[in-house]
Amino acid sequence: MRDLPFRIIVGAFGCVLALLVLAIGVELTRQSWLSIQKFGFHFWTTDTWDPVAGQFGALPFIWGTLYSSLLALAIAAPVALGIAIFVSELCPAWLQTPLVFLTELLAAIPSIVYGLWGIFVLVPAIRALEIWMPEPLRAIPLLSGPPLGVGMLAAGVILAVMIVPFTSAVAREVLQTVPAAQREGAYALGATRFEAIRAALFYARTGIIGSIMLGFGRALGETMAVTMVIGNNPQVSASLFAPQYTMAAVVANEFTEASDELYLHALVEIGLVLFVITLVVNAGSRLLIWGLGRSGRTRPSRVADVEASAA
Amino acid sequence: MRSLVAISLLTATFAACGGGTQQPPAATGNATAAARIQINGAGATFPYPIYSKWFSEYNKLHPNVEINYQSIGSGGGIRQVTAQTVFFGATDGPMTDEQLTSAPGPVLHFPTVLGAVVPIYNLPGLAQDLKFSGPVLADIYLGRIKKWNDRAIAGLNPGVTLPATDITVVHRSDGSGTTFIYVDYLSKVSPDFKSKVGVNTSVNWPVGVGGKGNEGVSGMVSQTPGSIGYVELIYALQNKISFGAVQNIAGEFIKATPEGVTKAAAGATVPDDFRVSITNAPGAGAYPISSFTWLLMFEKPADKDKAKVMVDFVKWALTDGQAFATELGYAPLPDAVVKKELAAVERITIS
Repeated sequence: MRDLPFRIIVGAFGCVLALLVLAIGVELTRQSWLSIQKFGFHFWTTDTWDPVAGQFGALPFIWGTLYSSLLALAIAAPVALGIAIFVSELCPAWLQTPLVFLTELLAAIPSIVYGLWGIFVLVPAIRALEIWMPEPLRAIPLLSGPPLGVGMLAAGVILAVMIVPFTSAVAREVLQTVPAAQREGAYALGATRFEAIRAALFYARTGIIGSIMLGFGRALGETMAVTMVIGNNPQVSASLFAPQYTMAAVVANEFTEASDELYLHALVEIGLVLFVITLVVNAGSRLLIWGLGRSGRTRPSRVADVEASAA
Repeated sequence: MRSLVAISLLTATFAACGGGTQQPPAATGNATAAARIQINGAGATFPYPIYSKWFSEYNKLHPNVEINYQSIGSGGGIRQVTAQTVFFGATDGPMTDEQLTSAPGPVLHFPTVLGAVVPIYNLPGLAQDLKFSGPVLADIYLGRIKKWNDRAIAGLNPGVTLPATDITVVHRSDGSGTTFIYVDYLSKVSPDFKSKVGVNTSVNWPVGVGGKGNEGVSGMVSQTPGSIGYVELIYALQNKISFGAVQNIAGEFIKATPEGVTKAAAGATVPDDFRVSITNAPGAGAYPISSFTWLLMFEKPADKDKAKVMVDFVKWALTDGQAFATELGYAPLPDAVVKKELAAVERITIS
């Protein structure tokens, strides 16, 4: 008899979260209405951000956010996977705990500390690299621009350091859930150690992609450390050394001093755009994982299909 | 762990007892022993150090008055005072006519102290301070002057060997009253700057990189040879950062000091509502990149008790309070402005 109230209560808790997401979306839209009305879809495609003239476009910020996050992912994913594989498959037992502890310690450092480290260590190092780089290389668009130190590369590296602990921790957990039978089976078929690990990785691929997406989600929203090293210049540039800007950074930088309505609404709309992009990225990664899960287990899913059509 | 808790509990009790035994004499010393009044304000970050000093000093003189101030930024200060969520606001840029008409009642501006913005730069091996003029700074920030040995800079600095390196321009990335004062000055001295960039707490900079806060700008300048930036005078003084002199209307090159900033305010014509920019002010010895910072209050506040206390406080801040300005790196108001404000503060209805 107690079943029904229990169901209702638990169901309500489940709904709260969905409602919260909905409420955030509604409120962001409401608070950015002036800007949405004035600029419409052009907000996504124009690259002028001029608070004096009241002209606002989010393109440089969208570009900067996606560029820095993808760059961070490209740097962090191999490193994080390497750590996860080493810890779960190859590491001597006595080293395992300290290593896990140290990587997870990185996750506990506040982002402002990363930012300061970026300003005082990473940025001068990148500037030295830029100055050292021979002229012909610097002519490539990817590496062009004055040697400032701050810019996209600094932001990408700092984000990579920040997301490695998350990605590696989740990937390690996933690898540890791979049944021993998988590895034993591989060895039984005469696989080398490398091949056995590859089999385990293949088995765990959906979880590993999930761990990478988790890191990507975090990189998209990171604010403080990025704004301290990216140079905060709203421009769309392919160069790793050019100062650029991200969505989270511009909101954090300009929100407190924005006094006129349209400016404020444009800043909130940046928040809305970030919200939408985060949702799309997460939905995309869900779909990817779901798709992989289906194609990987061909036979069971076919059985499921038959069952579904029978029902 | 348990003993630690016990100790902290003990000290807390002692502290409470100590406070209890000391409180009565202080209260009786202040014969009126009026009811405790709490007033909340919010706004600009630039005057926060002196405001918190003032509020704590004023609390020593009047233990029943407690004024809280949140330094959330000028924009936030204007918004909160307009929405009447705080009793007073504070801003580094005066409210616009549009903002004033959208407020629920007439809002008055009261200049409290003065601040200034100084150009900082990083040229290794330079023996003396550089001199700048407004148009040269504007052209650097427009990206027109690209090298340090440009004829325009060299012309202002005879006898100084300037390197042929590129100028790296650094500006604030966060919205800031400092930026407002700086671009307000550049817009006054350069019509091109006014039409291409304009005046606001954040602007669309044609060149350069953005650093977050005074510390972000000074950090980037100190690390990048060949760079130029701008920070608040108070920040440069406290951190012993060397900065350049700027030419005023009278043609003098002035290195910013609190006295030079006060002279700029004395030279400017101050209107009755005190909403005035004093950048590029005339007068001998006036430093050209100077500005007031303002308190915002309603002319007819609903809470008369708080209004009375606030009026008393403003009178104190304008007179005795000015003595704290210089030690904290701000410039005190000139006497003429103080006199005018003491008359204006009477307009606030307190009964």
